[in-house]
Amino acid sequence: MNLRKFSAIFFGGALLLTSCSDDDDNPDPASEEEVITTMTVILTDGTDPVTLNFLDIDGENGPAAPVSNVEGVLKASTTYTGSIVLLNATENPAEVVNEEIEGEADEHQFFYLPEGLGITTAYSDVESDYVDVNGDPFTSTNPVGITFTLTTTDATGEGKLRVVLRHELNKEAAGVSDGDITNAGGSPDIDWTFDISVQ
Amino acid sequence: MKRFTFTLVILLVVSNLSAQDCDKTLTGRVIDFHDGVPLKDATITFNNKTIVTDSNGTYTINDLCAVSYAFTVSHVDCNAQVFTIDMSKVTTKDFYLEHHLNELEEVKVAGTIKQETSSSQEQTINTDIIEKYSSATLGDALREIPGVSSLNTGSTIVKPIIQGLSGSRVLIMNNNVRMQDMEWGDEHAPNIDINTAGSVTVVKGASALQYGGDAIGGIIIMKPNRVAAKDTLFGKTIITGATNGRGGSISSKIVKGYENGWFLKAQGALKRFGDFEAPDYVLSNTGVFEKGASVAFGINKFEYGLDAYYSFYDAEIGVLAASHIGNPDDLIQSINSGQPDIIRDFTYDIENPRQEVTHHLGKVTYYKRFEELGKWTTQYDFQHNQRFEFDTRRTDELSKRPSIDLELTTHTLISDFYFDAKPNYSLKVGVLLRYQDNFADALETGVRRLIPDYDKYDVGAYLTGEFDINESLILDAGIRYDFNRIDAKKFYLQTRWDERGYETDFADIVIDRNVIGSQLLTNPIFDYHNISATVGIQYSFKEDYQLRANYALAQRAPNPAELFSDGLHHSAARIEIGDLRFDQETSHKFSASLQKNNEKWGWEIAPYVNFINDYILLEPTGASLTIRGPFPVWEHRQTDIRLLGVDAKMYVNWFKHWQTDHNFSLVKGKEIDSDIPLINIPAPNFANKITFLKEDWFNLQASLESQYTFRQNEFPPNIDVFSPDTGEDVELEINTPPDAYHLLNFDTNMEFKLGEKNDLKVGFTINNVLNTKYRNYLNRQRYFADDLGRNFLLRISINY
Repeated sequence: MNLRKFSAIFFGGALLLTSCSDDDDNPDPASEEEVITTMTVILTDGTDPVTLNFLDIDGENGPAAPVSNVEGVLKASTTYTGSIVLLNATENPAEVVNEEIEGEADEHQFFYLPEGLGITTAYSDVESDYVDVNGDPFTSTNPVGITFTLTTTDATGEGKLRVVLRHELNKEAAGVSDGDITNAGGSPDIDWTFDISVQ
Repeated sequence: MKRFTFTLVILLVVSNLSAQDCDKTLTGRVIDFHDGVPLKDATITFNNKTIVTDSNGTYTINDLCAVSYAFTVSHVDCNAQVFTIDMSKVTTKDFYLEHHLNELEEVKVAGTIKQETSSSQEQTINTDIIEKYSSATLGDALREIPGVSSLNTGSTIVKPIIQGLSGSRVLIMNNNVRMQDMEWGDEHAPNIDINTAGSVTVVKGASALQYGGDAIGGIIIMKPNRVAAKDTLFGKTIITGATNGRGGSISSKIVKGYENGWFLKAQGALKRFGDFEAPDYVLSNTGVFEKGASVAFGINKFEYGLDAYYSFYDAEIGVLAASHIGNPDDLIQSINSGQPDIIRDFTYDIENPRQEVTHHLGKVTYYKRFEELGKWTTQYDFQHNQRFEFDTRRTDELSKRPSIDLELTTHTLISDFYFDAKPNYSLKVGVLLRYQDNFADALETGVRRLIPDYDKYDVGAYLTGEFDINESLILDAGIRYDFNRIDAKKFYLQTRWDERGYETDFADIVIDRNVIGSQLLTNPIFDYHNISATVGIQYSFKEDYQLRANYALAQRAPNPAELFSDGLHHSAARIEIGDLRFDQETSHKFSASLQKNNEKWGWEIAPYVNFINDYILLEPTGASLTIRGPFPVWEHRQTDIRLLGVDAKMYVNWFKHWQTDHNFSLVKGKEIDSDIPLINIPAPNFANKITFLKEDWFNLQASLESQYTFRQNEFPPNIDVFSPDTGEDVELEINTPPDAYHLLNFDTNMEFKLGEKNDLKVGFTINNVLNTKYRNYLNRQRYFADDLGRNFLLRISINY
């Protein structure tokens, strides 16, 4: 008689009384609900879209380093319409994380922080564009940043665009509604910097 | 030993003194039940006559009639017993007396507590100190003992450290039950209400083998006060109020004892604090709400006893809001800014991040004594531990769900026989069987399991002995074997599996390679065979000196966190990586202590060295890039280490009313090969206390204590991580210790009689009298906030 059997018999009675023993069943492979594996920022001026891609196949738990690239080149002195899509591809089908953020639009805000080349960004959405988890539209009008605009100047060359998503931030703090992250506080869900270029 | 004398039971003689022949004779001996030694000067009383035994314990009673007599037999140190004998049938009779009354008495004073071992370093804190910490934690109270410190997460999550070691290396015995409360986590405090203890003994090392062979750090033994076998009803209530945290605790117990040995005990405690405060700001979200209750009943006879016990513990503990960090920039900013970035108004509300832990413990113990042989004890215990950790997650909906949901169920059966009949040696032999089941509810959390589902089986057997070589020299020794099997069901991300190189070593444990999310399911079954052994001496000389020396070998199997961790630990904001390849740790500890104790003064100096092969440590090794930026990666690693240290204490009774106490402890921990210092080794500390005592003034005691904690100058190197804010690698000062600090504490108490049986004790304490700003190296929140500011505590204790 091996030890396992012995113990099982020995404690069997007690086990029956206390909990169901799920020894022989395999545990459920719970999905990782909080992971963002894929981030896509699409900038378009109507003709030539520029796409910023981020992919971390195993999420933040895994050792695989995230990869990112930028498809396309920004044009000088152009205003782009921007939007962001977040996915959790560890689930099947992939979960669109945007829905979750829209549902709590008042608790979340994206920041698009360009570096160099005089690039500026501005929000083009407000909380009242979205509905909360109960299906009711928000009444508040702070920006969220799921859509935005990005404007280049006549400067060309290499620059950076840092994309930040924070939750439970202070949306009322000075500058935050204009996209200034300095006083925002809160907790980061995304903080990633893309290399961009303007020609 | 305290001497007890006994009132004689009024004789009940069933006699018929009429026309009968009263020429019967009864002869025999009076014998110690316990070791068979004849008792000299025992008295046998009947019909107002008293017979005394001679030096061989023999007696002769003449001129008895052929009827039944009730003989009351008594002896100093023994309970008097009444034996009824029918003289028409019996002519010889040996009377057995219980000679170990002290075991049935309530333990009142620390000095009289039987020591756990004869040769290792150990110290006990008694009821007075426990009461002083009634509103705090076990870990806080144990810091009164030199060489014991604590690993804190804030001020309410306190894990004891014994001579530099903590977590799974420190066993906690709660009422003879080994606590199974997920001690593997740095932020998992013992799920124990200190108010349930009557005394707490710390054995600094693995020498108390009967409790377990893997106590490389040491053993904390909490014992309830015993109930005397007499008709009694008493109770006690302790109420503590504190300004810091604006809360307090109430603890109450009631005890009913009966002459026939039955007893019933009930105890309950409530503790509630809001946000604690540092000298300059509120430590937001650090409140605590703790509930504990226990009941016990049973019968304590000399020859046998049965004891049933159940305790419940529930705690909701807030974790400093500012300690929730999203990435290293948050950490760098916290370290640099010098104050937490979230400071809110004081509140009693506890929000995320927070922990909710519940512990149920039930046990039944039975013992029976066999004359001239010893005592057999068998115990079954059941424990159920539930841990929830709630974090600030991405959405409110997610934040309502715990990030960690673990349920640990443990059944243990132990049985031992204590051979104590021989005058110059005693032996104890015992066995243990344990089954444990861990269930991680990942469907509830929506987070990958950091600790997997597992079943664990333990079997142990030991033999310990104590030999009195002569009047001044005692030898103790023991050996123990433990078998541990862990049978887990663990999901690995394919990328992690490959990165760790597990495919080459562990391909055979994979049971499903196509789990959703690019995972594979494995079934690791690991067996560990552990040997532990100890040998030591105690030598008493020159009246008040004692020398103790001990060697202890101990082996500890890796815990589930060390084996299986493989991902983001949300509440710690770090990625923790374990290793399936870990072997067990092996410790060789040599310790000694030399002490002198007399009424005027006393001191103890206790050096030790502990060599641990394959020591498992958890340390920051780098950063892993994620969408949120780089996260610090903490990896478990095995290495050979040595710990060298000394604990010293001294007391002096200078004048009639003035006493001083001095404690010092130092420990140095390094890796043997590289000489790199170990992480989280307590800094040296030096405590000095002056006490004024005056019995005439309602037993007044007033003391002022100075605690100086040095800076820990030996620490492992920091790590470099990429900072998104600055766009370059920066040094993350994750290991740099804070500065030295000095704290002053004041404590006073008085006792008032309230009639015959009742008394009232009032205590007043000021902690951190000077409101000093400081940070403690062994507080995991030192990156984010200062430690506690000044605190006034008022304590009222009523005995009734």
